[in-house]
Amino acid sequence: MQQNTSWVPLFPEQASSFAWQVDGLYFYLLAISAFFTVGIVAAIVFFFVKYRAKEKFANGAEIHGSIALETVWSIIPFVIAMTIFLGGAVVYYNQYRPPAEAMEIYVVGKQWMWKFQHGTGQREINELHVPVGRNVKLTMTTEDVLHDVYIPAFRTKADVVPGRYSTIWFNATKPGKYHLFCAEYCGLNHSGMGGWVYVMEQRDFDNWLGGSVSGQTPVEAGKDLFENKLGCASCHAGGKDQRGAVLEGLFGSQVKLTNGQTVTADEEYIRNSIINPSGQIVEGYQPIMPTFKGQVTEEQLVQLVAYVKSLSTNKGGGSMTTGATSSTTNSSVNTTSGGNMTNSGAGNTNSLVAPRADRGATSQGSNPNAPPSEPETTGKKNN
Amino acid sequence: MENVNALNIGNIKPEPKVNYLTNGTTARSWLLTKDHKRIAILYLLTVSAFFALGGVYASLIRLELLTPESDLLQSATYNRVFTQHGVIMVFFFLIPSIPAILGNFLIPIMIGAKDLAFPRINLLSWYLYMAGGGLTLFALLQGGVDTGWTFYTPYSTTFSNGYVMLVGLGIFINGFSSILTGLNFIVTIHTMRAPGMTWFRMPLFVWAHYATSLVMILGTPVIAVTILLMALERLAHVGIFDPAIGGDPILFQHLFWFYSHPAVYIMILPGMGVVSELISNFSRKKIFGYEFIAFSSIAIAVFGFLVWGHHMFVSGQSVYAGLVFSFLTMVVSVPSAIKVFNWGATLYKGSISYDTPMLYGLFFIGLFLIGGLTGVFLGALGLTVHLTDTYFIVAHFHYVMVGGQVLAYLGGLHYWWSKITGKVYSEFWSKIAAIIIFVGFNLTFFPQFILGYMGMPRRYASYPPEFQVLNIFSTAGASILAIGLIIPLIYLTYSIFFGAKAESNPWMLPGLEWRTSSPPPTENFEQTPIVTWEAYEFGEENGLDMEEARREILAPVV
Repeated sequence: MQQNTSWVPLFPEQASSFAWQVDGLYFYLLAISAFFTVGIVAAIVFFFVKYRAKEKFANGAEIHGSIALETVWSIIPFVIAMTIFLGGAVVYYNQYRPPAEAMEIYVVGKQWMWKFQHGTGQREINELHVPVGRNVKLTMTTEDVLHDVYIPAFRTKADVVPGRYSTIWFNATKPGKYHLFCAEYCGLNHSGMGGWVYVMEQRDFDNWLGGSVSGQTPVEAGKDLFENKLGCASCHAGGKDQRGAVLEGLFGSQVKLTNGQTVTADEEYIRNSIINPSGQIVEGYQPIMPTFKGQVTEEQLVQLVAYVKSLSTNKGGGSMTTGATSSTTNSSVNTTSGGNMTNSGAGNTNSLVAPRADRGATSQGSNPNAPPSEPETTGKKNN
Repeated sequence: MENVNALNIGNIKPEPKVNYLTNGTTARSWLLTKDHKRIAILYLLTVSAFFALGGVYASLIRLELLTPESDLLQSATYNRVFTQHGVIMVFFFLIPSIPAILGNFLIPIMIGAKDLAFPRINLLSWYLYMAGGGLTLFALLQGGVDTGWTFYTPYSTTFSNGYVMLVGLGIFINGFSSILTGLNFIVTIHTMRAPGMTWFRMPLFVWAHYATSLVMILGTPVIAVTILLMALERLAHVGIFDPAIGGDPILFQHLFWFYSHPAVYIMILPGMGVVSELISNFSRKKIFGYEFIAFSSIAIAVFGFLVWGHHMFVSGQSVYAGLVFSFLTMVVSVPSAIKVFNWGATLYKGSISYDTPMLYGLFFIGLFLIGGLTGVFLGALGLTVHLTDTYFIVAHFHYVMVGGQVLAYLGGLHYWWSKITGKVYSEFWSKIAAIIIFVGFNLTFFPQFILGYMGMPRRYASYPPEFQVLNIFSTAGASILAIGLIIPLIYLTYSIFFGAKAESNPWMLPGLEWRTSSPPPTENFEQTPIVTWEAYEFGEENGLDMEEARREILAPVV
């Protein structure tokens, strides 16, 4: 009876690059389950009929057990279980290891809405527009309680945890409109905390980007916070004798702490250094930085992290891929430098990400929109 | 009854003048009783009341989910309803159900003891259960709690405005009831077995309870500590779980599941014990692979402590932790498979009768098979990312908890009903009810597997309209299930007052509980039995005189 689940109308849409793997695993397990369920139930029914009591209080045969049988039916399920384990592990690995090159989108959950921000600055609430055929990585956190981003058509989900960044990625394979759910109970309006993921052809996506107000990109907003609103620059951008740690080239590097530990400077590290600076003092620096806990929102933190990340990529002359550029961009060197971020006002954003019909295969090097995504670095460092 | 070996007799005559039910009739003689059988009756009444209450909440959930909108219940109410359904069913029904009622009643009798090792502590356990349950009920009357039975932080500690700590205290106190019961069982099984009752002569029901008790005394303190830590954070704002004040929400999940996963085995092992009894006794054949079933219970209890992380595959724990927990989950599935194979093999060349308890036993195997196999789906990493927190998991654990434990509980209750009450229930109605329950159960929960794979998240008061058809099926099934559960309430109650008098050993079975009168005397046996037979030994050598029994049966009595 478990085959019921494979009726076509009762099956969720398959719209991500690894969805077929999840479904494959599902059908493998369904086949195993069907085999054992049908086999055992048939045996039981057969015994039930064949060996029904012929006479009141007649006793059954004197059979007490069989080591051989016990061994067989211990080993066979174990071996089958191991194949399931291995299959599951491979798919899990694919689901939770974002590829090195991915378009990055920041997600902040709060009771009871999802806030998305694209690298190009577009913000969305409870709706997420992504292009088809591109690796998309969501870096997620929450302002309050646990939430969980769940997109059934993509067969992926992950809890969104306060105080941490969690990530999922996907590569949508089919344009369409798919459910986005919060799958971790989060209080009163939990079931209302959802929306839609719109998967669009690249051209439509570019149109959408062009047609929506982008405002500041996360990097620009982060820079603004860094330089003006929070005053980070006074210690971290003071030149040769600055008091704070050097941030250029920091992201993705190995950092030696005063307690002897060496940690990788990933998003989580940068976040913690802002919220709880004394928790991880970098060797050679004094613990003088005040905590910014309570003074910055999760969204601002995401922007600061994006900005600090951008300092590393720019230094290395890395590419400035954005949500608006194609999937091949990362290999091409985009010559935009850190400078353009300073220059990039909100004014030039829209026009520069305006749709280009030839977008499909070639990358656009002229996007000055200095987004926060440095996929090569990110991918490696996160691993 | 003259000498010890007179335990052979099929039906005990004359019956003792005073049995445990008639030995004292005042409220005081019940409320201050130290008789494990009377305490079991106290549990039976109170646990059944909690089951009924949990069932009312379940009905509300299913009615609300009949339509996609949250119309019958608003979200705020719905969240409380599913939380309270979970809290009551898990902590106040499933955990105490078989151990505290059937285990309490039968373990001493099955091993030939007069009582549990600590009769006063046994009574204390019941009062703790009542105190914990009373506090929880009080909290529910005040407005209840809306955190889900899992109490995930920081929602439960910082954000929820329900009566979290009151319910927490209720569960905390109830935990001690569980610990003391487990302790009592372990000591009893170790020290109070009758002469000749070796470990490997014990019925598997006792083995299963031994394993359950291990989990109870080792696991339950962890939930107690976790609740204390929650209280510390919620009341004193000490940062433990809430990152805003320096805590870690994942830590809570580790602590919670370190208890609550083993607790799943508290909820299913006793059911497996009951089913081992039913399958063997109603096939009149020694259970296949006795030692393997006994040790698989212990293996489940031990491995059960190592797999808590499989509740957290998408929580943000490391990918490598996920791999380890998935591997161990696959390992723990094997002893459960062994049990199922052994039960099936027991039927082979048996002499099977179709009494109601046996129907439950067979339904149990079928439903547990589906529940167990879908558990493997959820242990497979890549698949569980899609399935967890959806209706698939809801369906899975209801197949194990309801299809498993509740059916085993009902099967056990029917099996030992005549022993407990001394009365016979209607065989006709009990069969009808069992079949209705089986059909209703499957109609309720099977569609939820499909809903889950389609992506319907759990704990949703409202849902997208494309999920409605399957939800209607589920609600229809729940209505049938409810009817199926109400019928036994009627005919069992009826049997107490109007039922025919039960014989002491209606099925001519070898277990010690069938070698004393129905209902048993307060001391269980008039003389301490001396055990010379293996468990599930239906041959003449264990003293059952079948010829005599057949002759008696053929002479019309009923």
